[in-house]
Amino acid sequence: MTASADTVDARSSAPGHFGPYGGRFVPEALMAALDQLEEAFDAACADPDFARELADLEKDYTGRPSPLTRAARFERECGGARIYFKREDLNHTGSHKINNVLGQALLAARMGKTRIIAETGAGQHGVASATAAALMGLECVVYMGKEDTQRQALNVARMQLLGATVIPVETGSQTLKDAINEAMRDWVTNVATTHYLLGTVTGPSPFPRIVRHFHSVIGRETREQILEIEGRLPDAAVACVGGGSNAMGLFSAFLDDPEVRLVGYEAGGEGVESGRHAARFAMGAPGVLHGARTYVMQDEWGQTIPSHSISAGLDYPGVGPEHAWLHDSGRATYEPVTDAEAMEAFSIVSRTEGILPAIETAHALAGAMRLGRELGPDAVIVINLSGRGDKDVETAARWFGIDTT
Amino acid sequence: MNPRTAAVFDAARTQHRSALIGYLPAGFPTVDDSVEIFQTMLDSGVDLLEVGLPYSDPLMDGPAIQESVEIALERGVTTADVLSVVDRLTPAEHQAVYVMSYWNPIERFGVQKFADELAAAGGSGVITPDLTPEEADAWIEVTEAAGIDRTFLVAPSSTDARIDIVSGATTGFVYAASTMGVTGTRDTVSDAAPQLVGRVRERTRQPIGVGLGVSSAEQAESIAGYADGVIVGSAFIRRVLDAESSAEATAEVGRFAAELRAGVGRSTHLSEPDA
Repeated sequence: MTASADTVDARSSAPGHFGPYGGRFVPEALMAALDQLEEAFDAACADPDFARELADLEKDYTGRPSPLTRAARFERECGGARIYFKREDLNHTGSHKINNVLGQALLAARMGKTRIIAETGAGQHGVASATAAALMGLECVVYMGKEDTQRQALNVARMQLLGATVIPVETGSQTLKDAINEAMRDWVTNVATTHYLLGTVTGPSPFPRIVRHFHSVIGRETREQILEIEGRLPDAAVACVGGGSNAMGLFSAFLDDPEVRLVGYEAGGEGVESGRHAARFAMGAPGVLHGARTYVMQDEWGQTIPSHSISAGLDYPGVGPEHAWLHDSGRATYEPVTDAEAMEAFSIVSRTEGILPAIETAHALAGAMRLGRELGPDAVIVINLSGRGDKDVETAARWFGIDTT
Repeated sequence: MNPRTAAVFDAARTQHRSALIGYLPAGFPTVDDSVEIFQTMLDSGVDLLEVGLPYSDPLMDGPAIQESVEIALERGVTTADVLSVVDRLTPAEHQAVYVMSYWNPIERFGVQKFADELAAAGGSGVITPDLTPEEADAWIEVTEAAGIDRTFLVAPSSTDARIDIVSGATTGFVYAASTMGVTGTRDTVSDAAPQLVGRVRERTRQPIGVGLGVSSAEQAESIAGYADGVIVGSAFIRRVLDAESSAEATAEVGRFAAELRAGVGRSTHLSEPDA
């Protein structure tokens, strides 16, 4: 354990915590709802019917299992290590996000809630939530920072076409963190009828555990697939980390295999020295944000510092509390990847593999290029290809100077 | 219980009324103005002052508090400023000054240091709207040692078991959130409030303050019929936001405090004789 963990109270054994991280830092009015959610989740986990219903949806609606694709041409950019992509980009709606929303929407229905609310940054989780709500006949309201609604107008239209109401949030920095504040305010007011479909492994307990559970299918499939193809576990499993849900889904299957290195790549933005980044581990400190203790980008007074990343999905000043614990315990490591490094990897993978990755995912691809060179040609590396890049075409075109007018 | 907190509720009880509790963020509209406005609130009949510590992510607050806090933060108010505001106030013997703060700024400042410096500044207690007793081991220890009160919240959704946990961890007064929702003025304070206070009353002898949505002397009067403290925040903020000058803001806040104070005194407060 590092010094930073020692400075916080040891509460490793308390339920809902990951070492000293996690917990519930919420208005009392939400405590009953969190208890109810926890009970419903535990009951669902023990219910074979729930597991079957979810598995059917994953297979017939999402299109799981997602393939594990060898990236033979990209490997040359990675020092010759054998590279595999876990193809979450091929899921319905184009990213891993669907895994969690289907699970939570089923839970909401089990709890008798008729309305779901969600926060979204880039719009991927909002689109996935609107999709699940349409599928299950639930009312859906999505909170999105006003600035993000302008940056991601296409996803706003997508959500509306799916029948959701999108509410632009004009408070604070008008981005994801403020959308979460607004969703929490809605939840505390309408908790009797409403489930807050939180989109990542952050927030008060039990959300980090629930969201990890619904994404753990990524890790389970990957483990089975790599054993079948390579006959052994990978040397490293890597993913990008915004809130950290796709990474947690992948990591969860390898936590007890010390020979598998787990690496998360967070947004280094314009460089961690620039102050314009979302490098919570590199530059943040333990604190409390949005209901949990975790690493937070904050100033000396504990005020949240707005994050920056070219990728809206990584542009968040907090991170899932389990990642904070994996970081401190040394089980996983986290490194920043800059906008420029990510965009270079975006371009390379597009041209070598014929896959346009999400810019979030491109951070993991850039990280794998570094890691591959370090581990050498005998290494096997699995990358969670968490989403497709169609949503990012405009940003990428602008970055590379392609005229789209 | 901190002696000043005890004096607030003793004095109110002796006068057969509820205590008037008023909130504003420190540093709003400026640090100096807020000291003047707070002192005017005390001088106009507010018994217990909640000095708000502005925080970037106030997820329990409605539009008025969000706006005021953003103004304070844009002007660079810090935790040290908030403590200095408390230090500059001169409450009478039967008045108390609390700080209301989300948890992260306190944790970042250092829980021990915050409790000690607040006590040294003459503060009597702290209200922490997003800290539940389950996460408060260190906080309970340091506030106990520093002799300042700690207020946790109950809500209409709180089970009896949770009311026991919250009131067991609270010293000073229990904060009853009158409604499921965020702070802000409302035309009516929900029926949930008297029921909640009744449920809490059955389980603890600590004073109970009711907040969230109180915006007029009439509402204050009606809440005073069943609660030991009436908490008003956003309605004070509205008066500051609407004022054309800081002199006008101070005058309006003073006038409103006096109205509210008359309101909490008009109702027949049914407190238990030795509660």
